[in-house]
Amino acid sequence: MLKEFYTVTTVVNGQSYKRVIEPRMSLCDFLRDELDLTGTHVGCEHGVCGACTILVDGLPVRSCLMLAPHADGADIQTIEGLANEDGELNVLQWAFREKHALQCGFCTPGFLTTITAFLAENPNPDREEVREALSGNTCRCTGYQHIIDAVLLAAETMRADK
Amino acid sequence: MGKKTNRYFGTRQRRNEDPALLTGRGLFVADVHLSNMRHAAFVRSPFASAKINGIDTSAAKKLPGIVAIITAEDLGELGRPTPLVVPPPPIEGLEFNQQTQVPLASKRVRYVGEPVAMVIAETRYLAEDATDVIEVDFEELPTAIDLEKSLHDDAFIVHEDMSSNVAARARQFKGDYAKAAKAAHTVIKRRFTYEHGMAHPMETRGIVAQWDDRVNRLFVWAATQGPSLLRGALAGMMGMNEGDIRVIAPFVGGGFGVKVLYYYPEEMLIPWVAKRLGCAVKWIEDRGEHFVATVQERGQIHDAEIALDKNGMILGVKDTFLHDNGAYNPYGLTVPLNSQCSVLGNYVIPNYDSTMTCVYTNKPIVGPFRGAGRQHGIFVIERLMDIAARELGLDRNEIRRRNYIPHDAFPFNNELIFQDFTVLTYDTGNYEPALDRMLEVIDYKKFIEDEQPNLKAEGRHVGIGIVSYMEGTGIGPYEGAKIQVQSTGRVRVVTGIGTQGQSHFTSFAQIVADHMGVTPEEVDIITGDTDQFYWGAGTFASRGAVVAGNAINEAAEAVAKIALEKGAEHLGCAINDVALEDGHVVTIKDTTKRVPLGELALLANPMRGAVKPGTEPGLEATRFFGPERGTTANGVHGVIVEVDPETMFVNILKYFIVHDCGVIINPMVVDGQIHGGVAQGIGNAFYEKIEFSESGQIQNATLADYLLPTSMEVPDMDVEHIETPSATNRLGIKGVGEAGAIPVAAAFAQAVEDALDLPAKGIELLDIPLSPDALWILTQS
Ligand code: FES
Ligand code: FES
Repeated sequence: MLKEFYTVTTVVNGQSYKRVIEPRMSLCDFLRDELDLTGTHVGCEHGVCGACTILVDGLPVRSCLMLAPHADGADIQTIEGLANEDGELNVLQWAFREKHALQCGFCTPGFLTTITAFLAENPNPDREEVREALSGNTCRCTGYQHIIDAVLLAAETMRADK
Repeated sequence: MGKKTNRYFGTRQRRNEDPALLTGRGLFVADVHLSNMRHAAFVRSPFASAKINGIDTSAAKKLPGIVAIITAEDLGELGRPTPLVVPPPPIEGLEFNQQTQVPLASKRVRYVGEPVAMVIAETRYLAEDATDVIEVDFEELPTAIDLEKSLHDDAFIVHEDMSSNVAARARQFKGDYAKAAKAAHTVIKRRFTYEHGMAHPMETRGIVAQWDDRVNRLFVWAATQGPSLLRGALAGMMGMNEGDIRVIAPFVGGGFGVKVLYYYPEEMLIPWVAKRLGCAVKWIEDRGEHFVATVQERGQIHDAEIALDKNGMILGVKDTFLHDNGAYNPYGLTVPLNSQCSVLGNYVIPNYDSTMTCVYTNKPIVGPFRGAGRQHGIFVIERLMDIAARELGLDRNEIRRRNYIPHDAFPFNNELIFQDFTVLTYDTGNYEPALDRMLEVIDYKKFIEDEQPNLKAEGRHVGIGIVSYMEGTGIGPYEGAKIQVQSTGRVRVVTGIGTQGQSHFTSFAQIVADHMGVTPEEVDIITGDTDQFYWGAGTFASRGAVVAGNAINEAAEAVAKIALEKGAEHLGCAINDVALEDGHVVTIKDTTKRVPLGELALLANPMRGAVKPGTEPGLEATRFFGPERGTTANGVHGVIVEVDPETMFVNILKYFIVHDCGVIINPMVVDGQIHGGVAQGIGNAFYEKIEFSESGQIQNATLADYLLPTSMEVPDMDVEHIETPSATNRLGIKGVGEAGAIPVAAAFAQAVEDALDLPAKGIELLDIPLSPDALWILTQS
C-alpha cells in the first residue's frame, strides 16, 4: 500500500539530507522546495526540455520525471555542486562564460549537468558529437552555436590540464 | 578635462551576470521563497466557447490545506475588464472594437484556458488537487476558429455585444496604387498565409506577491519585461498608489515579447489575493498552462500584389490582409501594424495601399513575439520580389538592388503610422554594401555557376536563398538611469527596464566604464526594481540598448563631470588638468597624483559643514532619454539548404547573416542575439505550428508535440557586422533583439524552391510554416 509519507535520505553535493515527504513529490520540487537548492530549473515538467537535469550517481536524470522517494540513498549532484572547491567556476562553467554560451541562463543548469556527464564519457568529442549530446536540452535564447563552442573549449582545456 | 576614449565600448567583454547564473545563484521568480507563503492554481475553461451556468466549490473547500477559493463574484472592483495596454493608433478612418478580458470569467469563456476560478492552498500540490474537484457547469457554444470563416455572415460571434468578429480595420496608403498598377508592365498577385507560433521562453511566467501590513505595502516579484508598467497596472486595477507597490523583476528566463504587460489575469489576481489574505502568494505557470494562458502569435492571410515596370522597378504594392487576434485585443494593433509597415521592406515603394482586418476568434490572445508581425510583412514583400524577378527574368539580387532605398535618401519617410504612433521614417541605412558582403561570403556566383549545377548533376537537391529585411527598433517613449559612485569606488547604475538575457549587466557597464575610468567589472547594473528606479517602460521592441543605453550614457557623462570637478578641487588643480583613470581622478601630467573615486564619493557626502547651495550631495546623476522616433536596423540573410526528396526533410548546409544594427556595444552579445533570433526563425519557418481543432483545442500542447528547434536543427552561422550609425541617438545604436528572427522564413522558402526547382514545376511556396508533410503534399499535388 502507498504510504502517506516517506523518509528520504540523500547526499546532495556532498552533504546529507533527510526529509519526510509525500510520495508524489517530484525530485525537482524536493531539491528546490525542501532543500532550497533552487539552481535546478523547471522548464516543462514533462521530460522534454532538460532544464531540470541533475546527476544521480553520476548519470544525468530529468529530475521532473523522477519521484523524490526514488532518490532515497542516492548521491546527487546539482548545479550548486559544480564549481571548484574554492568557489571558482570550474572549467566547463568558465568556458560557458568565455564563449557566451548563456543568455537568460534559465536552461544553463541542465546543459552544464548534461555536459558534465558527457565529457566524463567522451573527453575528446568532435563538433557533431557535441551537437548530438546537447540535442535533448532546449535553449530558446542562444541558438546553441556558442554552447557547442564552449563545450569544445572546455574539453580541450580539460585535456590540456591533465 | 580628459576626453572619453572607447576602451570597452565596442569590444567583446565577458558578461558580468554569468557567474551567478553558472553556479545556480541567479534568483528567478520561482526561486522566491517567503515565510507564510501560499500557492495558487487555476481552474481554466476546457472549452473554447461556453456559457458558465454555475460554479460549485463546496467539495474543493473541504480538502486539506485549502486557504481560499476565489471566483468572479469575489472580485468586486477587480472583476472589471482590464484597460487596453496599447490604445489604437491615430489612423484616419480606423475602426477599432475594444474587447479586453476580466481576470476571472463569470458568464462566458472565449478560449480554452480562460481562467474561471483560483485556488489558494498551502502547497501547489494541494491547490491543484482542489482544482480537480471544482465543478463548473459549462454550456458549450459554437466556435469561431478559422480566420477567414470567422468573418462569414453565418459565423459564430465571439463577443455577444458585437455584430461581427471584426476587431479592427485600418487602411493606410501613400500615393495612388490603382493608378500605378494601370501603368505597370507586370502586376503579380498572390495569396500568402503566415503562421507565427509561440515564444516559449524556457522559464514560464510566474509571480509572487506579498502584502505587508506593517508598512502597508505590496511587494511583487514577477517574470516580467516591464516592471514599472506592471506596477502602474496593479495600482490602477487595485486602486492603490504606485509608490506603495514595489515590483521586482529578478533574473527573467527569456521573454521574447510575451512577458510584457498584458494585464494577464494571474498577474492581477495574485497581488490582489495576497493583499486580501494578508500573506504571500506564489503562482508559477506550468508548461501546459503556458500553451493557453500566455499570448501567442498566429496567422495572417495576405492577398498582396506588386506592380512593376519592365526594368523591375516597383511602382506600387497593394495588400489586403486578415489578422487572427484571438479572443481579446489588449495589445491593440501592435502586431498587425508592424506587419503593415514591414511590407515596405528595404525598398522605394512609391505607391502603397494596405488594408488590415483584425478578427476575433475563440483562441488564446495574440501579442507580440520576437519580430511581432514584422516577419509576416517581410515574407510577403520578399516573396513578391522573388516572383517578380522570375517573371521579369532578373536575378533575385539584382531586382532587390535596383529597388533598395539609396544610401543618400535617408532619412526616408514612408508616410505610414508605425507602432510607436510616429510617422514611419527610416533614420539611416546603407543596403547595398550589406548585399555585396553577403554575395561575397556566401560566394553566390560560384554557388550558382559551379556548385549547384554539379550537385544537381549528382542528383542532389541543393538551393540558395538570399533575402533582405529591415526592422523598426528602439522606440520611445523613454527610459532613465541613475548613476551613483559608492564609497567602495564601485559605480552603481539603476535603470527601470527589465532584462531577460540581453546582457544588460555587461553592455550597460561597458558604456559607463569608459566614462568613469573603471572596468566593466567595477560597474553594478541594477534593473527591474521599481523601488530602485521609479520610471521606465520596459524591454521590448528591440529598445533596451537604444533607449536605456543612451540614458545611461548621458547619466555617466554627468557623473564623470561631477567626479572631475570634485577631484580637481581636491587635488588643487583646474578641471582641464584631471582625468578619470583606473578608478581614480588623476592629474594628467602626473598620474601618481590621484584620488580614488570612492574617497571622492565620501567627500561629496559630508557629515559636517554644508553642501554648497545649488549643488547636490554625492557623485550622482539621473538622466532620461526619449527618442523622437524609432531607428531602423537592416540586413541580409543567406542560406544554403539541401532537401531530401524522399522525406522532404530540409537540411541547412550554411547560414550567413550580414547585419547592420548601427554602432555595436559588444559584438559577442550581438552575435548571440542574432543566433538566437535565427534559431527561433528556423522553428517558425519549419517546425512550429499550433494545431487547433475545430473546437479550438490545441492538439499539440506539449513540448514533445510542439517542436522547438534543438541543436540538431540549428546550424552554425556566420555573422558579419556593418555599422551604419543611427541618427536618432548619440551613441548611434540601433536595436538588434528581434532582427535574427524576421527574414528566416522568406530565406527558407526561396532556398527550398530553388533546391527542388519548384517554380519550373509551377509550384510556389507561399505559406509558412513549411514542414516535411506540407512540402510533400505540395509537390505531390
Ligand atoms: S523540466 Fe524536466 S525536462 Fe523539462
Ligand atoms: S539561455 Fe535562455 S534558454 Fe538558454
